[in-house]
Amino acid sequence: MPAGSSPRGASSPEQATVEATAAPDGTAALNGAAVPDVAQETRATVDDDAAAAPDDGSAAAPDDGSAVPESASGDDGLGAGGASSTGQILREGMRVLGVAIRAEPRVFTISVLASALYGAMTVGTAQALGWATQHTVLPAFDSGHTTAGALTGAALVILGVAFLKALGVGGRRFFAGLMQYRMQARYRRAVTRQYLRLPLAWHQKHPTGQLLSNANADVEAAWAPLAPLPMAVGVVFMLLIAAVSILLTDPVVAIVGFLVFPAIALLNVVYQRRLAPVATRAQQLRAEVSEVAHESFEGGLVVKTLGREQAETERFATSADALRDANIAVGRVRGMFDPVLEALPNLGVLAVLLIGSVRLQSGAMTAGDLVHVAYLFTLLAFPIRSLGWVLAEVPRSVVGWDRVRSVLDAGGSMPYGEAELKAGAPAALRVEAVRFGYEPADGAPAADVLRDVSFEASPGRTVAVVGPTGSGKSTLTSLLVRLVDPADGSVLLDGLDARDVRAGGIAATAALVPQQTFMFDDTVRGNITLGLDVPDERVWAALRLAQGDGFVAALPDGLDTRIGERGATLSGGQRQRLALARAVVRRPRLLVLDDATSAVDPQVEQRILAGLRESEEGGAATVVVVAYRKATIALADEVVFIEHGRVEARGTHAELLERSEGYRNLVNAYERAEAEQEALDAEAEADAESVEKSGGVGELA
Amino acid sequence: MTALSESAASESALSTLRRGLRISPEFRVGLAGTLLLALIATAGRIVVPVAVQQVVDKGIGKNGAHPDLPFIRTAVALCAVGVLITAVSAYLMNVRLYKSSETGLAALRVRAFRHVHDLSMLTQSGERRGALVSRVTGDVDQISQFMQFGGLMIIVSAGQLVVASLLMAVYSWPLMLLVWVSFVPLAWALRRFQRMISGAYTKVRERTGDLLSVVSESVVGAAVIRAYGAEERTARRVDETVDATRAAQTRAQRLIAMTFPSSELVAALATSAVVVCGTLLGLGGHLTAGELIAFLFLVTLFVSPMQTATEVLNDAQNAVAGWRRVLSVLDTEPDVADPGADGETLPRGPIEVEFERVGFAYPGGPPVLHEVDARIAPRTRIAIVGETGSGKTTFAKLLTRLMDPVEGEVRVDGVPLRRVRFSSLRERIVMVPQDGFLFDASLADNIRYGRADASDADLRLALTELGLADWLDGLAQGLATPVGQRGESLSAGERQLVALARAYIADPDLLVLDEATSAVDPATEVRIQRALDGVTRGRTAVSIAHRLSTAEAADEVIVFDQGRIVQRGPASELVKVPGVYADLHASWVAQRKI
Repeated sequence: MPAGSSPRGASSPEQATVEATAAPDGTAALNGAAVPDVAQETRATVDDDAAAAPDDGSAAAPDDGSAVPESASGDDGLGAGGASSTGQILREGMRVLGVAIRAEPRVFTISVLASALYGAMTVGTAQALGWATQHTVLPAFDSGHTTAGALTGAALVILGVAFLKALGVGGRRFFAGLMQYRMQARYRRAVTRQYLRLPLAWHQKHPTGQLLSNANADVEAAWAPLAPLPMAVGVVFMLLIAAVSILLTDPVVAIVGFLVFPAIALLNVVYQRRLAPVATRAQQLRAEVSEVAHESFEGGLVVKTLGREQAETERFATSADALRDANIAVGRVRGMFDPVLEALPNLGVLAVLLIGSVRLQSGAMTAGDLVHVAYLFTLLAFPIRSLGWVLAEVPRSVVGWDRVRSVLDAGGSMPYGEAELKAGAPAALRVEAVRFGYEPADGAPAADVLRDVSFEASPGRTVAVVGPTGSGKSTLTSLLVRLVDPADGSVLLDGLDARDVRAGGIAATAALVPQQTFMFDDTVRGNITLGLDVPDERVWAALRLAQGDGFVAALPDGLDTRIGERGATLSGGQRQRLALARAVVRRPRLLVLDDATSAVDPQVEQRILAGLRESEEGGAATVVVVAYRKATIALADEVVFIEHGRVEARGTHAELLERSEGYRNLVNAYERAEAEQEALDAEAEADAESVEKSGGVGELA
Repeated sequence: MTALSESAASESALSTLRRGLRISPEFRVGLAGTLLLALIATAGRIVVPVAVQQVVDKGIGKNGAHPDLPFIRTAVALCAVGVLITAVSAYLMNVRLYKSSETGLAALRVRAFRHVHDLSMLTQSGERRGALVSRVTGDVDQISQFMQFGGLMIIVSAGQLVVASLLMAVYSWPLMLLVWVSFVPLAWALRRFQRMISGAYTKVRERTGDLLSVVSESVVGAAVIRAYGAEERTARRVDETVDATRAAQTRAQRLIAMTFPSSELVAALATSAVVVCGTLLGLGGHLTAGELIAFLFLVTLFVSPMQTATEVLNDAQNAVAGWRRVLSVLDTEPDVADPGADGETLPRGPIEVEFERVGFAYPGGPPVLHEVDARIAPRTRIAIVGETGSGKTTFAKLLTRLMDPVEGEVRVDGVPLRRVRFSSLRERIVMVPQDGFLFDASLADNIRYGRADASDADLRLALTELGLADWLDGLAQGLATPVGQRGESLSAGERQLVALARAYIADPDLLVLDEATSAVDPATEVRIQRALDGVTRGRTAVSIAHRLSTAEAADEVIVFDQGRIVQRGPASELVKVPGVYADLHASWVAQRKI
């Protein structure tokens, strides 16, 4: 049904097979190639929503431009008109449901069959009761006596119908849930897989809270209509049976039914049309509340140390209040339509009584028929609203699905080549005329962080990258291991452009120890190996090299100790040592250290650096080290001095000291400070003496 | 206790509701009026069965061939008015209820949020952040969605049960008893199911928390995952939690799927019993045919809220589980509590600090500080040095009351730190942590975090005073530079500069720097050091330093080793005597040599 209503239905079967065959591992469906039409349609509607809530920006942001001309061309007809956007949402909603049905055809079929059984038996209940009234109750009252057989018959009919109905409702409920949860699981997996696949540049443009919301709340919203869907399908079935049943009873009374039930359906359409914009807004605000809470809790220490709890609470309250208002707006719409939807069938029953009694008078129907039809209306009054439930969830579902889709369809994945890097010997690194800038999320042009950066590191050599804070050193390190690609120029490993290397090839060759360590909520071993299959001896060897063996051995479960979220149970220095061990355990051919020992004491650092030089684990690598400490720089065969994103000077430490004033100032800062301090101290002593002599004490400003 | 309160986890749904309502008075605003409307809306539901009974009994009569059409017209018209009144009442009730419940939930959300910030640093870091976030987001949304959908139904259903029972009793009290008796086993079964479902839903929420936590790792740890090719492994971890969540959901669903058929069967049992017994009663002359038919309608009126109740109560379990988790946040007493109004406010001015026999151990861990005695005189600048793990940062956290000592006492200006109001404490003592977390806003907004009313000129002045004017001028957008999420558009060193400026502009009397310039280049550090020398003159300052340049500039150095203070004195003297400081200094000198 949903696929048939699609104007671009032609591509749907293909999509269905892709989705269905990709189901077990959930990867193929992510390629996006098979599902362009859904995404483009969705965007057209969401662009409106995004315009209504400019702060959110999440839905429209990650399109990489491709969607804009699509939605602007307005090939869906009445572009901005409210009615068409409602139709669009509805159509889109049906298409979303279609995706689920094609993904889980068996579960869906079972749940719909169960629901149909339930629907048939709901009508059956009225039939049974009408039958019992006509054949047992009324004759008994008329004649003044009844038989045990008649009574048992009536009871058995009612119970038998109820048994089937129970079977239907249980099956429907279970399989509807199963379908919903399977789809949630599948898309949570798909979204997260996509997070793992998308390049870092994409991540940098999307707030964490939003990405969490995409994987959680949006996936839930997308599949929320699946829970009531089988019931709604069953209700449609039930309505058909009821229509036939009423028609057979009396065509004139049936007219009432044919007026009331379409009225309910029509009202449902109006209902969801009114609900769509407010529900969308509530959903967006829910994501915003989540973002604020996430950021605020993450910065908890800063909030605490600066006593900003109240200010943060006010910031959160602003979002929470906006969400409250949006939820109340949703409630207002629901609160209005629900009673009307309930009143309609009741009015229908009254009409049946009125018309039915006229028909009764003309002998066209019996009292039992009247009871039967009236009872049918009462029975249908509630289930028919499940149509409304599905429709009520549709706008939220479409928005959720669209956000999920925008993650799944996000382009800009890192292209990989086929080239294989050789193993064993240290890598040769060449950086050629590299330029790079971060693209801001708002689409403003990127300001260059690095410009025309060139240097090389021959196999087995150590290059130190030195430069003032904010000069682009960390950015450079992420280019070296291809976390990001340069805008111009290239990074060459063993003479191969990093972009030509096969996926996973660089991770197997080069290891970066970033300035800020990241630890997983896992064991020490898990954090070091990160899935690499290495024996514990090598893990210990790596830890020894990183000077971390001592503290790990002292942990309650050694390598098996869980270190908590983000390694919360460890100190900064300990985390850095685990991060170092993580790098060296892989025996990388290129090791990039980005000020990776900043939280480690000088003595420990010395031992680590010495170890890196001497040991077999780190010795087979070409090393690029970002450093400030002279001892670290001393290990380098060459120094690259970077300032304002440019290579200001290259050469040995001694050469640079001679040639570059900026370099001299930077690396000799402590000595110069000390010399000046000594001079000051001497002066101060002299001052103090003179003060003593004069007998006065001057407060220093 | 550092974990969130678990006492609430086992309490009954009813007492959670009671507590929840007590904590959120907003839910009770206008409740009387809402309930009155609910009564009308509920009473309206019997309009149709009564109409059917009246029409069948009086309008159609026994033989059915000569219906009393004028009577039927009047009855139907009256009932139609009744239906309309019901609809209007239901609308008004809905709107009132949505308003009060959403208002209450928003307030609850905000209170829980605030409470999370009031919890001690240890409690916060003991909980997974995703789990904390979900308590003010998903868990509250759960209640909200229940209120939007099920909350009303519970009210109306309960009313409907009562009204239907009353009316049934009017028609025939023995039949009413019969219906009630049929539903007794269902009520018992539902209670059992509910307890199981409640447990199942708690599992679902827990698994979802795990899931969020792992997903958040895959987002926040994106760089490491890529650099190490750990995509597959992370994907496996995600799969595990996704599957665990789905399994928990399916299990809960299976329980729910069992409750429905049982209520159907019981309803049929009641209906057939009514048909049989009603017919027999009718034969005895106790009941008319119309009354029996009306009674059958009433049974559906009785059954449908029963069924709704099972559905809604299942949702309610979910909501209650969420509510319980929110309440458990509020139940957790902050173990480092603000003395509030009872506490003391310190006058401004240079601060004196005393540590008296202070000992500290992380919960469940070995002691990390032993009998620390120290007095830091006002206006002195102290450097704390020592190897990693020697207790330096713990010392700083106790000094700023991020944690309370296990033994001994910390005093400022002679007042025990525990007695100082937070408003006063945070104003006078500010710490710059090593990892300067920035908020996703402009540079100016982030510095202004230290003092909300600082003008741009103030910010510029502060940066200039810290010797950072050049750095600021180097930024293309200056103070308006967006720092990105967690400040990631800036380098680690730049983030530290912002964190420092943020603390500096707060103008504290005691500034505590925990390796606050560890990622900054030496030239900038020296410049900051010198600037700080100037601006901290007249204040008390404590710097934890691993670069001994800081120690050399301080008035005094306190040396930690294995949780104890082992040396203390001016750097120039300590360096002359053999000991920990001399060793540290030797390696500091060594690493600066080429």
